[in-house]
Formats: sequence, C-alpha cells, structure tokens
Amino acid sequence: MPGITREEVAHLARLARLELSGEELDHFAGQLGDIIGAVARVAEVADQDVPPTSHPLPLTNVMRADEVRPSLTPEQALSGAPAQEQQRFKVPQILGED
Amino acid sequence: MTVTELVSYEAALAGYDPVMGLEVHVELGTRTKMFCGCSTELGAEPNSQTCPICLGLPGSLPVVNSIGVESAIKIGLALNCEIAEWCRFARKNYFYPDMPKNFQTSQYDEPIAFNGYLDVQLEDGEIFRVEIERAHMEEDTGKSTHVGGATGRIHGASHSLLDYNRAGIPLIEIVTKPIEGAGERAPEVAKAYVAELRELIKALGVSEARMDKGQMRCDVNLSLRRHGVEKFGTRSETKNVNSLRSVERAARFEIQRHAAVLESGGTIVQETRHFHEEDGSTTSGRIKDNAEDYRYFPEPDLVPVAPSREWVEELRAGLPELPRLHRKRLREEWGISEHDMQSILNAGAVDLIVATTDAGAPADQARKWWMGELSRNANESGRALDELPISPAQVARVTALVASGDLNDKLARQVIEGVLAGEGDPDTVVDKRGLKVVSDDGALGTAVEEAIASNAAIADKIRGGKVAAVGALVGAVMKATRGQADAARVKELILEKLGVSEG
Repeated sequence: MPGITREEVAHLARLARLELSGEELDHFAGQLGDIIGAVARVAEVADQDVPPTSHPLPLTNVMRADEVRPSLTPEQALSGAPAQEQQRFKVPQILGED
Repeated sequence: MTVTELVSYEAALAGYDPVMGLEVHVELGTRTKMFCGCSTELGAEPNSQTCPICLGLPGSLPVVNSIGVESAIKIGLALNCEIAEWCRFARKNYFYPDMPKNFQTSQYDEPIAFNGYLDVQLEDGEIFRVEIERAHMEEDTGKSTHVGGATGRIHGASHSLLDYNRAGIPLIEIVTKPIEGAGERAPEVAKAYVAELRELIKALGVSEARMDKGQMRCDVNLSLRRHGVEKFGTRSETKNVNSLRSVERAARFEIQRHAAVLESGGTIVQETRHFHEEDGSTTSGRIKDNAEDYRYFPEPDLVPVAPSREWVEELRAGLPELPRLHRKRLREEWGISEHDMQSILNAGAVDLIVATTDAGAPADQARKWWMGELSRNANESGRALDELPISPAQVARVTALVASGDLNDKLARQVIEGVLAGEGDPDTVVDKRGLKVVSDDGALGTAVEEAIASNAAIADKIRGGKVAAVGALVGAVMKATRGQADAARVKELILEKLGVSEG
C-alpha cells in the first residue's frame, strides 16, 4: 500500500518553506496518505501493457512562431505583488543569518 | 574571506590527475521567450517584458518557441549528438524568488540532444576531443538585486528586488562527459572548449554567445584523483565563470586548492564555489545545498517534442562549416601560422577580418588593422573588438584609400582615430581633417626647395654621390608637410632637383 510518511511530509514542507507544527504534520500526513491511496487505485486497473502516462492527449510538437506578443505593463505585472520597490518585485531576505 | 593555502601547480599535477565536467548555458538569440511571446530585447525597463505565462500566474498555459527547439537541434547536431525522437520538458522545483513559478521549466532524463563530441584545438595545434553528455532546453531566471548588504551581496542583504524580464528567455545547457586525460593541460582544454563552443554557437547563428553580456556562462566541475586510481574524487562546482580567461584560471586554482586539501589529509566537500575575477580564486558558496531536491516531474502543460527525422536531416544539411575547419581554411588562405590564427581567435577578430576582406580589403591589411591599431584601442578602452564604433566596411575603405595612394599609413591611423571618435565615416574624416597625401609636384616643390636650402651640407653629400643621405631630406619634407606628403614622390623630386639618379 503506497502512502506517505510523516518524515516525507516534513521534508516536503521544508523544501516548500512551510513551517508546520507537529500536530499539522500528523494531520497532513494522514490526509495526503488518503489522497495518494485513492490515486493509487489506478494501478489496480492499469495492466502491464499500459505505460506510465504524463500527457493524456496524443499530441506532440505544439509550437508557436517566434513572434513578439504584447507584454503586460510593469504596473499590471506588479499589481499582484505584495511589495514593490524601483519597479521590481520586493521579496524578504533570502538568506538568514548564519 | 579565508585565505586558501595552495600547493604549486606542478606539485598538484605530480600527484594527481584532474577530471573536469563543464556545463555551459547559452542564451538563445530568439526574439521571444521560450514559452511565451514576451520580447527578449536587452535593456528594457524592469518588468516591462513579462506576461501571465512567465510570471507563472494561475491559468496561464505555456507554448514552446519553435525557433528555440530548432536552435537546440542545430546545436545538438553541430556537437555530433543524437537527436531524441521524443522528449519531454520537466519541472525543476525549487523555492527561490528568481523564478516566479517556483519551478524552472527544463528537461530532466530526456534531453533533446545527447552523446556527442566537440574537437577542440589547443594552442600548439593538438586536437583534443571533448565528449558531450547532453544538450537540453530550459529557461533563464529573473535578475535579483540584493539591497542593504555590502556591495550587492546576498549575504547581509535586508531584502531583494526582482526583475523578471529575463525569466523565460530560452537557454540551452550543454554538459560534457567527464574530461579525463588532459593532465596539466586541463585548464587549457577547458578554455579551448568554451572558446570553440562559442565560435560554434556564433557560426550557427543561434546566439551572439557574448560571455561579457551573460549570453554564455560556464560552470566548472573539477575533481582530482591520484595517478593510477580509477574512481573519481569528490568534485567542486565553480559557478558562473564568465570569460575564457576565467575558465582557465578557475580550473587551475581548483586543481591547486584540491591538491592542497588532499595533501594535508583533508577531504574535499562537494559544494558550489564562487569565482573571483580580481585574484582568480574561488570561495565556498556557503548557500547550504542540503535542501537540493528538485522533485523533477514531467511538465503537464507542455506536450512532448518529437522532431521528425525529415526536419532533423533538413537542419543537418543546413549546418554551416564548423569553425575549426573554417579557421583552418582561412589560415591556409591567409598564409599565417597556427599561433597567429590562435591570437586572432582569442581576440575575437576572425569574423571581423573576414567581413573586412569581404568588403574588399586585402587579408593582410585587414589583419594588420584589426590586430594592431584596433586591438590596442579596444584594450585601452576596455571594449570587445566588435564593440568599437567602426565597421569592417569602414576599415576596408581605409585600406582602399591607402592602396590608391590617397593616404599613407600614418594618415590612415589618424582616419581610424577619427572614425572611432565618432567624426563620421573615413571619407568624412579625410575631408574634415584635411588628411590627404600631397603628391602634387607644385605643392611639394616648395617644400623640397626649402629642405635643400636649409640642409645645404646634406644636399652637397648627395650631389657627391651619397644617395643614401636623401632620407634626411625626405624626413625634413615630411615634417614640413606634417606627414601628408607622398614620401616616394618627395624622394624622386629631391634627387631630380639635385641632378642625381638613384641607380
């Protein structure tokens, strides 16, 4: 039975820079385990002859011409930014103090 | 910054074999980004070339740039790679604000090109084969500005500012297989490889590949192993080494540093290192890499790329002559040594000289100007040769004016100087500065008479048969005419006047 361990959830949370309490880790490990279990049921009907599928549509080579299309204005681009400075997205300190 | 103890390069090589892996990122010269239609034009206002796709806004759908794929295939073919019949993009997940999507669209285990090689020529003419592991398609990141710390460094910064104009510009990452057996020439091989790759990319026309503008960047992986040992040592990865000279210096420094650590009984830590242009050293990246776990998975929003064999063959048939062979042919045509050709290559002058000869200049004259006067000017002003405000056609025009006798070398230099100073094209500078060789006998006659009159003793010697002394009088006339006289005609006139014949 596939699933996800509490340690794996803690690792993913750290990668995603999410701070989770011990209680939350237990809670999410259980929920994510249920979701993975539900999805894993696909494996029961997919036989050996069904290859892993990343794209459900039989399409390849969807490309566009190298032609410039209008961009957003800087104001539009920055309209969703929580903070901005000098027409740039402002983000908090990236490296903590060592 | 801690001082790193080094052992001498010779001592390091006496004990160890270097093994290198080079990763080169090339920014393609497409008009638009890899997955959206935003312009890639440099120098635009911050965040003026973004859209919902490259900002990673919900609901946006990327579509791959056909020229991006075509360029990747051309690069792969030129590197003698196999081209995948079917491959996918993958999401490389990481949390760092230079990508607003929180992932970079890249390729993981299915690169578009793989298993190739590039033959590079070392300074003494030896050919070294560098095996290519893969070339894959991905996208560039945004540009960060770190605020509040010392000199823009990320350490100690209070916050950072992001401009996403560059986020999504197509990149091709080219990765070598481990380069073994180069021995003491490893740094030279690294430099020659990057130089050859740059020429190749330029010849393909897929990028200008300017390292000084970040259009081509190199990461140098290096490890040492004791002679006779098969297993590779632990490697360090020196990031963003951005000039040919730096590639060589970074490899050399790491060889000496690794040897020092190993000799003192230490172990090499697998880590990212930063290269410092000022003294050629590297320092530990210090960014803790323990969280490096990219959770790659196939990009669901982009369908697979399956280049038809017809398309691949069509692109193969259209490949230009390889730069190394092109240079060999030019070298033979020009009749110059390997060493001179190498100097021309290192100066970035090959294309400029070719363009100048295409514009009608004799090859030796084109070489003389680009490798002499113009190289000097470029060095002094800290610019690349092709950034000088003079075109190959203008250089060709100067050589034509010399050939027709309108200018001599001295005047030609002044014309070049004028063009570089923005005074206009060569003919305009000639007019404005009044730079014309004076071969008109009337104008020269006076100067000749004056020179003879004021140098009577020398004139007598010449009359007495010491024809060689005529040089002093020619010099006097040249001085009087501020270098604008036709020296050969002056000499004739003086001898004529003194009734002496040269024979």
